[in-house]
Amino acid sequence: MKRMIRLLAMLTVFTLALPLGCALADDGVSSTYTYNYDYWGGLRESPDAYRVDQVIYSATLGLETFMRRPQSLYVSGNDLYVCDTGNNRVLQLRREGKSFALVRVIDRITGASPETFNTPSDVSIDKEGNIYVADTNNNRVIKADKDLNYIQSFLKPSDSTFDQKLSFLPSKIVTDSVGRVFVLATNVNKGLVKFEANGTFTGFIGANTVTYDMWEYIWKTFFTTKEQRAQQASFVPTEYENIYIDKDGFIYATNIVFSEYDLLYDNAKPIRRLNAIGSDILIKNDRYPPIGDLIWAEQSQDYGPSKFKDITVLDNDIYIAFDRTRGRLFGYDPQGIMLWAFGNKGNSEGAFLSAVSLEHMGTDLICLDENEASITVFTPTEYGNLIYQASNQYLKGDYDGSADTWREVLKLNANYNLAFIGIGRALMRQEQYGEAMEYFKMAHDRENYGRAYRYYRKILVEQNIGWIVAGVACLLIIPLAVGSVKKMKWEVEAYERSKVVR
Amino acid sequence: MNAAKSFDNVSAQSVRGEGWRRYLATLKYGTYVILHPFDGFWDLVHEKRGSLLAAHTWLFLFLLTYVMRLMLTNFQFITAPLQYINIYEQCGSLLLPFLILCLSNWALSTLFDGKGRFKDIYMAMCYALVPYVLIQLPLILISHMISFDEAAYYSVLASVSVVWCVFLAFVGLMQVHDYSPGKNLIFLFATIFGAMVILFLILVFFSLLSDAVGFFVTLYREVAFRLY
Repeated sequence: MKRMIRLLAMLTVFTLALPLGCALADDGVSSTYTYNYDYWGGLRESPDAYRVDQVIYSATLGLETFMRRPQSLYVSGNDLYVCDTGNNRVLQLRREGKSFALVRVIDRITGASPETFNTPSDVSIDKEGNIYVADTNNNRVIKADKDLNYIQSFLKPSDSTFDQKLSFLPSKIVTDSVGRVFVLATNVNKGLVKFEANGTFTGFIGANTVTYDMWEYIWKTFFTTKEQRAQQASFVPTEYENIYIDKDGFIYATNIVFSEYDLLYDNAKPIRRLNAIGSDILIKNDRYPPIGDLIWAEQSQDYGPSKFKDITVLDNDIYIAFDRTRGRLFGYDPQGIMLWAFGNKGNSEGAFLSAVSLEHMGTDLICLDENEASITVFTPTEYGNLIYQASNQYLKGDYDGSADTWREVLKLNANYNLAFIGIGRALMRQEQYGEAMEYFKMAHDRENYGRAYRYYRKILVEQNIGWIVAGVACLLIIPLAVGSVKKMKWEVEAYERSKVVR
Repeated sequence: MNAAKSFDNVSAQSVRGEGWRRYLATLKYGTYVILHPFDGFWDLVHEKRGSLLAAHTWLFLFLLTYVMRLMLTNFQFITAPLQYINIYEQCGSLLLPFLILCLSNWALSTLFDGKGRFKDIYMAMCYALVPYVLIQLPLILISHMISFDEAAYYSVLASVSVVWCVFLAFVGLMQVHDYSPGKNLIFLFATIFGAMVILFLILVFFSLLSDAVGFFVTLYREVAFRLY
């Protein structure tokens, strides 16, 4: 029911907000760099949450061979690993203070066969410092210790569940705390390939379920010829686009193959949080599910839903996804509420042409552009930091502190719904239900408003119980009294009349 | 039965007062109709216990309730985007289908020995809206006294008001035309279909009209351009 309401509301808002989208869409991008969506799905300008700290090019690092079509980043402590796919190598950079410096170039693993990489497309580091590289065209995920000595390879599973006709092309990898390796392989649509630490293949997890409706099935089965069917898209699950493993071992996956129709009814689930058995457990408590842009610039070449190329999860469970359609970053809190969105397409600083990978170092965001071979580092502004601080304080249980921080946020951006909710929740903890209700009303938060109102009503009733009882009593007693007086009168009259007759 | 009939006749006599008193009595008759739909709608037209003015009043109250409900209900239950809402548009989107349905029903029932005149159909339909007013108006007040968790009470009452109205409209048309329930049901669907046809005709008319106007406008422009 709740979902139905939300979708209906979304539909109406979509139709209502379309003129707004057109107005902004003259040049194909919005008029503001950082923005957020209000309750009605309308676009609201916002102060910048992030600004560009620095852009790193091959020349800044002093590389002899410049980076060519790098595909992936990985952050481990202060180290940033760049998968320089076109040059068959992995670069290890270290951050000291603000600047990044090259530590070493990893282009061969001692003792492996072959020792060199062939289009490595992802890299990962485990707790012991072992390096995992998804060595795509060598059909392996290779594991080496921190001194680059070969440990083991994860090869194509010989299991019958893996289609043996396909070659094993690992494109993205994540490793968990006990050394399991999850591989996103090209052409494999059964989910993530899961290897135990010892290299054995233990199945697939998190496959996209195949969905089709009855009419589509009937139509395809009975009303189309074999030739037509061969031309149509078949019912196959789709592959994920990218994966990220958070500190608790949950895998965040993004999915970019879906129709606009699916998105409207939240069937597309472009961002998922997979648990150990591969079901999606992403929390969606906002009016709109985390799908990126709600308004798509019409009449522009970038029209269409947001397609998340990569995702990263901060330590406080805030996740940030990169949309390649319009070159934007979307931040969501653990409840699925949008914190901010920013970014553009283009050549300028802070705009993206072909970004492929997103990572974070603390709260700094690091974005890799494939064609420009550049790495952009974003640091949060005062506004961005305040948002993080407020949500961290709330998570720690410092409700009053978080309310104060949210008030600071409101000074910078009076359209920030989450701040109203945050202050309201803090006020509710302080048992100031009336004020809390006002804040929840401002943010259109019905659930919390209802909760605050119940306490408010309870107190109101308890304080005025005397008046209420008196009122109810009056309502009951007055008609009774009037009735009995009338009856008495009637009886007297009847008695008088009977006397006359007699 | 006889006694009841005679009683009705007596009260019908009292309704036949003059001026203000009659208006108030016909207005109040709405509360009788919604509780005794079969007798009520029969007497509404055949015993003249309703009046056109009262019907107008109930329709106006219905529109008023609809707008007040959108604007004054607690946001927990109805979150209307007030900044985008145009009251006249909202009223028009209710009034136009209402009148078109009346018209279509009249047009069809006249052809198939329905007893009701247009005035009777309109009156019955207006009196069928009474439960909506009587339930939704207090519901606005109630919405400020309950919380989101108790939304079930709100939605049940709200749906009751609508279902009741639909039922009354059905019975009303049946009694006005002196149809059997089955025949009335068929005509209800036919009415909806007829309403669509009318809408289509209106659209065609206006698009042709705008084309015709456009023709003369361009003609004038062309002439003006040649002359100066």
